[in-house]
Amino acid sequence: MSRKRRDYKSTFYSRIENFVNGKEEFLLYREKKESDVQRLETLEEELTEAADLLEMREELQWMRDHTEPLDFLKRFHRLYGVIAALVCFTMMVLLLVTVSWLPRFGNADNPANNEVIKRYIEKGEEETGAVNIVTGLILNYRGFDTMGETHVLFIAASCVMILLLIAEGEEKRAGYAFDRYLEPKNDIIIQKVAAFLVPMVFVLGIYVILNGHLSPGGGFSGGAIIGAGLIMYVSAYGFRKTERFFNEHVYKVAKVSALCFYVCCLSYYFYMGAHGYDNHISLGTPGNIISSGLILFINIFVGTEVACTMYAFYALFRKGGLE
Amino acid sequence: MSWIENCVPLSIIICLMGGIISSAIKGEAARKLTVTLITAVALMNALVLGYTVRLGHEFVYVMGRFPAPWGNELRAGCLEGLMGLFFSVIMLLSVLGGVRGQNDDIRPGRMNLYFIMINLMMSSLMALVYTNDLFTAYVFVEINTMAACALIMIRDNGHTLVAATKYMIMSLLGSGLLLIGISMLYSITGQLLMPNIRDAVDRLAESGEYAIPLTVIIGLLSVALAIKSALYPFHSWLPEAYGFSTASSAAILSSLVSKGYIFLLIKIFYRVIGMQVMVGHKITNILFAFGIIGMIMGSVTAIRQTDVRHLIAYSSIAQIGYIYMGIGLGSTAGMIAAVFHILSHGATKSMLFIAQRGLVEVSNGSKNFTDLKGSGLRNKLSGVAFAVGAFSMVGIPLLAGFTSKVYFAKAAITAVDAKMWIAMITLAISTILNAVYFIRATISIYTPRNMNYADPKYRPGIMTDIALVCFIALNFFLGVLSYPIYHTIELGLKIFG
Repeated sequence: MSRKRRDYKSTFYSRIENFVNGKEEFLLYREKKESDVQRLETLEEELTEAADLLEMREELQWMRDHTEPLDFLKRFHRLYGVIAALVCFTMMVLLLVTVSWLPRFGNADNPANNEVIKRYIEKGEEETGAVNIVTGLILNYRGFDTMGETHVLFIAASCVMILLLIAEGEEKRAGYAFDRYLEPKNDIIIQKVAAFLVPMVFVLGIYVILNGHLSPGGGFSGGAIIGAGLIMYVSAYGFRKTERFFNEHVYKVAKVSALCFYVCCLSYYFYMGAHGYDNHISLGTPGNIISSGLILFINIFVGTEVACTMYAFYALFRKGGLE
Repeated sequence: MSWIENCVPLSIIICLMGGIISSAIKGEAARKLTVTLITAVALMNALVLGYTVRLGHEFVYVMGRFPAPWGNELRAGCLEGLMGLFFSVIMLLSVLGGVRGQNDDIRPGRMNLYFIMINLMMSSLMALVYTNDLFTAYVFVEINTMAACALIMIRDNGHTLVAATKYMIMSLLGSGLLLIGISMLYSITGQLLMPNIRDAVDRLAESGEYAIPLTVIIGLLSVALAIKSALYPFHSWLPEAYGFSTASSAAILSSLVSKGYIFLLIKIFYRVIGMQVMVGHKITNILFAFGIIGMIMGSVTAIRQTDVRHLIAYSSIAQIGYIYMGIGLGSTAGMIAAVFHILSHGATKSMLFIAQRGLVEVSNGSKNFTDLKGSGLRNKLSGVAFAVGAFSMVGIPLLAGFTSKVYFAKAAITAVDAKMWIAMITLAISTILNAVYFIRATISIYTPRNMNYADPKYRPGIMTDIALVCFIALNFFLGVLSYPIYHTIELGLKIFG
């Protein structure tokens, strides 16, 4: 292991040393070799395309600034503003007055404090196996609502795809070039911080998901944390490196299988429950990590779906696609 | 417990699964999957309808181990079965009829996204029909809103983006008001399950407690769903949304999306607040007034249109007015007429949108009436379907529109004084206005001119033909054999409360 070894430069330890001194990127795969001339050429091409796009944007802004709206339009807009403000103000007053007539928040004898809430609080842990009553409530008692809620997220991602997905050819290249123009890559500070933080963020996300039934958290929040970690990784290292482990294929497989398993699990649960059969799902000891039956699995599925969606949003907004 | 009861949750869940799987497969495969699933849903709903009619009362399907109000539940009576069957059949025909339009208007890479939306739309409609829980209804209203928005903007031109933005703003305003209404209702009743809310509301109405919040809640819920279903003053999103989206999308939006919300409102009337409380709060009178204005204004605006799509769109506003007029009469007869008009308008309007597409195809792709002249002769089946749809909307006997107008008139005669006169006179005026623009449109497409527009090689797609024939048959069926349907609606409303 001595530095005097002839092949020291190619060893693991020399790379660590170089990483500490800031000479080399560590923890990363090496880029594919490309001849420098070729790379320069493509870069220049991409830059000119991006510059064209920027110019067009500036021109558009100039046109917006230098065109006068018509007279009657101006008047209409003024009137419209006044009326809109009036309507909003009336609505506000109406709703505020109504709220003042509603039962006082936190009173013990409010209509909302009835047998429904009582059973959730008193028997929730025993019946669902989840120490976190909220998780037990949304994933077990009212699992059907939450299934709909998860699909709201799914449909939102699909809607963004309809708007922003760039499927083919020239546009895609231009989008990619534009992306490169705006975002400085290979920033050493960001990369070092990301190399340190991203694994921790992932671990935190996994912890929040797996502890969803024990402590505050669960699939939605944990998935959002993992998604944020992925976004951080992309911002630091760029899409090329991220797509070695998280590309469109992985995204599709993860999202579709998570949602499918989710719906299948719940369907089984609904079917058995509706017919009054025993569903053979052991609730375990409340407080253990493997407990609360389906809730743990549903949290994992929801977490996967949320993480995928978060990353997809970022990728779609930034370059119009996942690949 | 009969095995047929499983069809109720299954029809929601297989469509959700269909949406998920569509996101991973290619467009053509997604279309086949979607068509298969919607056919399956239609069959299952037919079974549920037959079962509930024979049963004579409703049944409850508990979603999971815990009964409502702790868990979720679905509830199906024969009105729900009828609506489910109707929605799935219209969805199937609209998707089939618009196959060619989908191929032309949607970019190839996005075809599967379109079918995700169709599947989730179907699923949310089924959930809205069968749910017995107000919050579940809200969750699926959200899915419905987003899917409708996507159905508008999937055709990639500037108009649809503007239309989708307008739709989104108006529709989210409606969703927001609905959510505020539901939360306030929860805080004064402490319940989310429909029958339990109804009990609590009855108690509150009797004791006079929380009278002001209750009035505001009734207003909020009604206005929210009126915005979402494009009742007259809130219709500004409608013409563009129907006018520029693909033919299937327009058919689905006009006959299913707005009707789903109206059905939810009817459910709220009967199951959540109770018809007597609703009538007591005079909300029916307000809906009646706006319905009447909508009937006239929609038709008056439609007369001025030179674009066939916009004509059909503005006519929708008038027809939504009819439905709200029926609800506003506040009687069972009025409600039956309104529900029947949901069916007949849904069957007719989707046919008009699909037929219109066939006519535009043989007129250089122009939607203007000067170019459309003679298109009924160039594309025979679409011409016939358009004429049948137009006649049905005007109210020519033997067709669906006539029957629903008869039911409206019958309901109006039994109403109280002022409402009777207003409803009868407006029905007459509105029928004449309908005739003005629909008969003119029909004459215009059968005026033999522009015959050189037709491409000799032009063949309308076989799927579109099948869909149009089914639509025409459905129209005659609703027009001639309406009694069993009338009876089912009556029984369903009786089960409702």
